[in-house]
Amino acid sequence: MAFAPINKNYHDFFVVRDKDACINCQVCVRQCSYGVHYWDEARQCVRHDNTKCIGCHRCEAYCPTQALLIQEKPSNFKPNALWRPVFIKNVYKQADSGGVLLAGMGSPVDIPVYWDKLLLDASQVTNPSIDPLREPMELRTYLGSKPTRLEFETTPEGPRLKTPTKPNIKLNIPIMFSAMSFGSINFNLHVAMARAATEVGTYYNTGEGGLHESLYKYGPNTIVQVASGRFGVHSDYLNAGAAIEIKIGQGAKPGIGGHLPGEKINAMVSETRMVPLGSDAISPAPHHDIYSIEDLHQLIYALKEASDYKKPVSVKIAAVHNVAAIASGVVRAGADIVAIDGMRGGTGAAPAMIRDNVGIPIELALASVDQRLRDEGIRNDASVVVAGGTRCSADVIKAIALGADAVYIATAALLAVGCTLCARCYTGKCPWGIATNDPYLAKRQNPDIAAKKMANLMKAWAHEIEEMLGGMGLNSIESLRGNRDKLRAVGLSQSEMDILGVKPAGR
Amino acid sequence: MLLDADNIYYRQLNKQIRELVAQGETEFEIINVRGQRYIADGLIGDLKFKVHGVPGQDMAAFMRGPTIRVEGNAQDGVGNTMDDGLVVIDGMAGDVVGYAMRGGKVLIKGDVGYRVGIHMKAYKEKFPVLVVGGKAGDFLGEYMAGGAIILLGMFTGKPDAPICGRSLGTGMHGGVIYVRGEVPVEQLGPHLKTEAVDEEDMKLITANLKQFCDEFGVDLNTVLAEPFQRVKPFSHRPYGNLYVAC
Repeated sequence: MAFAPINKNYHDFFVVRDKDACINCQVCVRQCSYGVHYWDEARQCVRHDNTKCIGCHRCEAYCPTQALLIQEKPSNFKPNALWRPVFIKNVYKQADSGGVLLAGMGSPVDIPVYWDKLLLDASQVTNPSIDPLREPMELRTYLGSKPTRLEFETTPEGPRLKTPTKPNIKLNIPIMFSAMSFGSINFNLHVAMARAATEVGTYYNTGEGGLHESLYKYGPNTIVQVASGRFGVHSDYLNAGAAIEIKIGQGAKPGIGGHLPGEKINAMVSETRMVPLGSDAISPAPHHDIYSIEDLHQLIYALKEASDYKKPVSVKIAAVHNVAAIASGVVRAGADIVAIDGMRGGTGAAPAMIRDNVGIPIELALASVDQRLRDEGIRNDASVVVAGGTRCSADVIKAIALGADAVYIATAALLAVGCTLCARCYTGKCPWGIATNDPYLAKRQNPDIAAKKMANLMKAWAHEIEEMLGGMGLNSIESLRGNRDKLRAVGLSQSEMDILGVKPAGR
Repeated sequence: MLLDADNIYYRQLNKQIRELVAQGETEFEIINVRGQRYIADGLIGDLKFKVHGVPGQDMAAFMRGPTIRVEGNAQDGVGNTMDDGLVVIDGMAGDVVGYAMRGGKVLIKGDVGYRVGIHMKAYKEKFPVLVVGGKAGDFLGEYMAGGAIILLGMFTGKPDAPICGRSLGTGMHGGVIYVRGEVPVEQLGPHLKTEAVDEEDMKLITANLKQFCDEFGVDLNTVLAEPFQRVKPFSHRPYGNLYVAC
């Protein structure tokens, strides 16, 4: 015991087992992929090891007699406003291992959530509100470059559009499933996202793990991603989707690359990414063929050439300090869609220091990008899609009022299928069968049920958006886009309100 | 089919090529090429191109199958994310040749620029090969995950430069780099070392150099007169032990 690590008993959770309720059925033993619960042969009962619990609540959810409760372990330390327990525990872990702190999902740190400080308007007396249950309500959104003006010519058959138009993709709901690669999440969930996107008339993004051939049939509702590792990127892939996205950055880890650990690379992932079994799949931090806006222009047009100018090309960047200027460059480089990922965006794996300390919140990034593109007269040249911490339909509608054309969701989609944000996605042991390619765990996700749940979430949010729009007396999402007069702020400083372009509530 | 690229914008040239390919044309000779970008990008199948002049950026990007022979130098990004096919350049090439290339072969007679062969990767029967007859700039084979790079250092316009630049093979976790003659140790990426080649290596080297010599009219025995060294990754998981869960 003399050499036991200092932090052996400083674990985060503990299991409360109601001995009277427990029937020793061992469901918890089978459900826990971290080995917390075990059958004690000597005592002939189920017991547990608290130190292994990561707080996923799988056992609690599946216990047939409600005998289990997972609780956060109260702090072991004397209260200290500076040295909060998380910092103390991390120091112990790093002193033991010399390792970089690795984290999953979006940042849990306490930075302001501006969505909560923005309030929507509604009609009263002077203009009528609209009831979406009985009147038409338009949520349809087109993403891609729009002409700044339209010219027509007269022909014997009638007027004809003279202005050449660029390819756009059509969304029935201004919400899409954001990039989560096959490999980081398993195939069942890729099938589910593809089916849900098809059912509700929107898109899902492949992430950078390539696209399995059996999913090509969902191509009309697929955005294929090209990231620095170029995994599974080839001609068929580029032409399989409805749009192509170049991933420059990710909100959870701006400025660094991706790294799918060998543990998560099984036969099917290896086939789709076209990398060897069990070897790490490393995405370099930058695309090494993109060191400038001119180079980005070059890749955008290489992709357009390879897809015969038939698909819009999106460029995804992380929300960083100079995001407005960068977005301007991205639009000028020829992107048809700019996707901005805020610092609360999720990830399968990111160094915790980067996830929690790098980037800016999406609300501020969105407002400054939209304003900058308007000021420069290039807002119509590209659509703006935002990602990173959208929790509900009100967040979506506020984003659209701030200037977004559409919103990407990913964490919410995983919550829809059972994720509890335990944030250990990188271990490959996800007990909910999401961020794992272990067949025993992955089969916990039935693609039909998962697709239904994801589609349900989209439909529910769409209906709520219609209700809120109707309440404002608007019958089209287009009328709300960039309409910041429909927002008011509470509890924000003048400079924050200036950036967001909103007035304080009451004014 | 003879195409004259004189004063033709790249978009028009490439559109014309795509249309001709759709009509069943398989052989192209393009003259007066002066920097037109994206030639043969994304094209699939048994097509043949002869390019006279200097093709522009990203030639043969995402290409799967065609053969391209360039009578002249090429700019940056040759064979970017290329899937299959053959590119032969009877001259020099610029930066980022063969970035993330997954299959096929690129043979370059002369020197290449910086960041060449980054993140090349192999999969099953796909095994990309890049042969450079001259010298290479910094970061040759960085992040390399598969395939082979053969660097000769022979047909160079930079007699005083080392055969390769700094950070050769940095972060490589697959594949192999063969260098003719000595590898300057100070140019190697961290933790990498050079080794003598074995018989299997020589088979691969000889087969590819035979093709190289046939294409450029060079004597194979002269090329093989010097011994080769190889640089291989020290691990398939170079960063496997870097992290701790928090």
